[in-house]
Amino acid sequence: MSAWIELTAAEAVAKLRAREVGARELFEAYRERAAADDLNAYTWVADGAPDPIPGPDTRLAGLPLAVKDLFCTIGIPSQAGSKILKGYRPPYTATVVDKLLTAGATLLGKTNQDEFAMGSSTENSAFGPVLNPWDRRRVPGGSSGGSAAAVAAGIAPWAIGTDTGGSIRQPAALCGIVGLKPTYGACSRYGMIAFASSLDQAGPLTRDVTDAALLLSHMVGHDPRDSTSIAMPEPITVPTAEDLNGIRLGIPEELLGGGAEDGTGIEPGVRASFEAALKLAEGLGATVDTCRLPHAPHALSAYYLIAPAEASANLARYDGVRFGLRVAGDADLETMYGRTRGEGFGPEVKRRIMLGTYALSSGYYDAYYGAAQKVRTKIAEDFAAVFSEFHFVVTPTSPWTAFELGAKTDDPLAMYLNDFCTVPMPLAGIPAISIPSGLSDGLPVGFQLAGPAFSENRLLDAAYALERAIGFDAREARSA
Amino acid sequence: MSAYEPVIGLEIHVQLKTRTKMFCGCELSFGDPPNIHTCPVCLGLPGALPVTNARAVEFALRIGLALGSEVAPRSLFHRKNYFYPDSPKGYQISQYDVPICLGGELGGVRIHRVHLEEDAAKLVHVGQSGRIHGSDRSVVDYNRCGTPLVEIVTEPDLGSAEQAHEFLTLLRVTLRQLGVSDVNMDEGSLRCDANVSIRRAGSDTLGTKTELKNMNSFRFLERGVRAEIERQTELLGAGGVVLQETLHYDPVSGRLTSLRSKEEAHDYRYFPEPDLMPLVVTEEMLAAARAAVPELPAARALRFEHELGVNAGRARELVFRSELADYFEAALAADGEAGPVEVSNWIPQLVERIGSDADPATSRVAPAALAALAGLVASKRVSRDAGRDVLTMLVAEGGDPATIVEREGLGTLDDGDELAAAVDRALAADPDAAEKVRTGNMKAIGALIGRVMRETKGRADGAEVTRLIRKRLQS
Repeated sequence: MSAWIELTAAEAVAKLRAREVGARELFEAYRERAAADDLNAYTWVADGAPDPIPGPDTRLAGLPLAVKDLFCTIGIPSQAGSKILKGYRPPYTATVVDKLLTAGATLLGKTNQDEFAMGSSTENSAFGPVLNPWDRRRVPGGSSGGSAAAVAAGIAPWAIGTDTGGSIRQPAALCGIVGLKPTYGACSRYGMIAFASSLDQAGPLTRDVTDAALLLSHMVGHDPRDSTSIAMPEPITVPTAEDLNGIRLGIPEELLGGGAEDGTGIEPGVRASFEAALKLAEGLGATVDTCRLPHAPHALSAYYLIAPAEASANLARYDGVRFGLRVAGDADLETMYGRTRGEGFGPEVKRRIMLGTYALSSGYYDAYYGAAQKVRTKIAEDFAAVFSEFHFVVTPTSPWTAFELGAKTDDPLAMYLNDFCTVPMPLAGIPAISIPSGLSDGLPVGFQLAGPAFSENRLLDAAYALERAIGFDAREARSA
Repeated sequence: MSAYEPVIGLEIHVQLKTRTKMFCGCELSFGDPPNIHTCPVCLGLPGALPVTNARAVEFALRIGLALGSEVAPRSLFHRKNYFYPDSPKGYQISQYDVPICLGGELGGVRIHRVHLEEDAAKLVHVGQSGRIHGSDRSVVDYNRCGTPLVEIVTEPDLGSAEQAHEFLTLLRVTLRQLGVSDVNMDEGSLRCDANVSIRRAGSDTLGTKTELKNMNSFRFLERGVRAEIERQTELLGAGGVVLQETLHYDPVSGRLTSLRSKEEAHDYRYFPEPDLMPLVVTEEMLAAARAAVPELPAARALRFEHELGVNAGRARELVFRSELADYFEAALAADGEAGPVEVSNWIPQLVERIGSDADPATSRVAPAALAALAGLVASKRVSRDAGRDVLTMLVAEGGDPATIVEREGLGTLDDGDELAAAVDRALAADPDAAEKVRTGNMKAIGALIGRVMRETKGRADGAEVTRLIRKRLQS
């Protein structure tokens, strides 16, 4: 059976559809591995295969799927990594999950995450941190750390996560897999437990680019239940490009160089891997040049006002009245609110609720939230200008490789700098993909490509061509 | 004259009678068992998202068009943040600085704005106090939660409690005519808050205002506003100052109690609702709304007055209850002999007989029958008094007035001999009165006419009787 598990998801789907392996058999093989998970990647694993299980005639032929905890799944714990939702079983299923199940995916398990997707290391989970399969003393990145670790460790064929400021791409980078954040609106957010509504997007975390395209192709589409969702202008197709002829790649100076003095500098090993990948891209016919995103250095500041502001409202519903944790005793209403939220939320969530509440307060709105929205507009304009000359913007996904557990937990600002290169894209609503570019000191490095809104197919094609040239395989690399 | 003049503005909340809620597919209801019309969206469950009800938008547009507002081609929903169990998301989705409609006017009162929002859930406090403090426990019914609301805010153009009452009456009938709401204050589908301040008569600066909540009937609105005007007048008269605060009017005690002062005012931390796109109003949407706006009461009253000659008071009486105006127009359409003014004069008679709250369309009196009756009286084939008796019979049994007149023998005595004989008998029976009239004291003629009318059971035409008496006494 382990031979089947070595397959990529797309290969496994092909075998399932060709009836070379049974869906139940494959599900059980993954289920056993997931149940024995010692990375703490899962917060819930299915008891058994669904009955009936989708047949070989369905598009995904019953292939198991790992789903980030914050996607609502009917009757199955959906806790968003938070104590306040411990044991919460929603009465409905998120649209994206529903679409995948309808396409023939089977729900293998729910994956661990930073509480309400707030974090870059998965250390903010109420259910304990996730370990990086490359080095168990290190974090897998976050917030979709459980999904990334599960795919990298081969205890899930593929997974879905969510990205708000880098929560798919950064853990994908730190775990040596592929992660794609689609254009804002490409995937429905209905049933995704919200962090920051104007930024949150679902996306795939997979072993390779082909898997990402296949998984994404079943996730996208307008959903009448999400007014911010929009139909893709064309279906997502499996990438086939073999070269990058005529493709112009822009390296934003502001993201690569300028931040070094204030601690945002790119690690040398990461820089070397990034530059090696650029050489390969040039070898495939791409031209590489620097470009300017003049407002990008302010992206992180804008992000840490807008996202917490939205979160402060999105998290108001966790009040102990209708679902989830309630800590009441004989208390009156306000005391019950205070106790429930005081005990239910972790420190990072509380920090962001405070930040967001402050940023929206009367008298401060214009200076904080209002100003951040202006920066956001400027960043979108910067990208639009760059895309008039370049096909894609490229950066290292994360300034550094996986860091040790606890290394940044005492310094929230250092933790926030993880997102330095990934935050501008969601602010502009544009898609971006992270693919492994190799190793630095034995740890994976991520290479990020970002394109204009709805350029997913072109982005996947470019990433596919580059992936082949890089020739990185997470499992081979680790077993070597 | 008081040295102060009141300045009043109203904030009116109107529950729209769409089929489903503002942001989800749950049905609207009233009085159903609790929490049966709920879903993840209106319960504010994790991951749920709002989707704007297109029908509610259309209704808001109808209201805006009816009030002559300027419709915003692109308006925004905001989140209004506050913690309370009636607000499952911890915020209300409402419109803030860019509402769907701005400006307008109704009955001489300027409209400030019209915006869309969602209603809160209903809290029931179990225990003695009936309020949240001191109750044993509180339970929440989310059936109402998410009901579409339109908030209409007037400019401070009202000068008295009576004017406030009259404006609200006109607004209610206008909204009813638009078909957008049940506008029932008892059931909460029409709710009114008032901003009240006073200033020295003739001054053009506004005084400090207070906001009066919970005036859930027309009577309470008028009483509450009057009480607040008195309170402020006494306060200023005694050299005090009015504090900006929110007041609760208790209709039982007539007392106003402070809910919160300016210092305690909420910071709602409004920001644009990121789960919704800006609300874009297209030409098609406007055209659909425009087509659904019927003739409105204010315009209808003017038409009755100017085109049909009905006096202003009667016209307003008819249009303030559009079912009366509808009945009136149905009667006119029946093409009787009576003119509009004559027909209109019969409506209050009918209302008096069927009960002041009843819709005449559901009575036994068909509009054509009322028109026919008005025609019989106008052409003097039935006297006015007899006509009233016929109407009473029509209300009881329905049918055709001419048939009733025939059956009951209520036709005017147009047989000159019979009437002349009755006049002679009256003169003979009261020679004193006859003598007075003969010698020019016309006051005495009433007694003689009365006799004739009694004897003929009201069938005689009063004018004809008068003419006959005079003729007989002059000769």
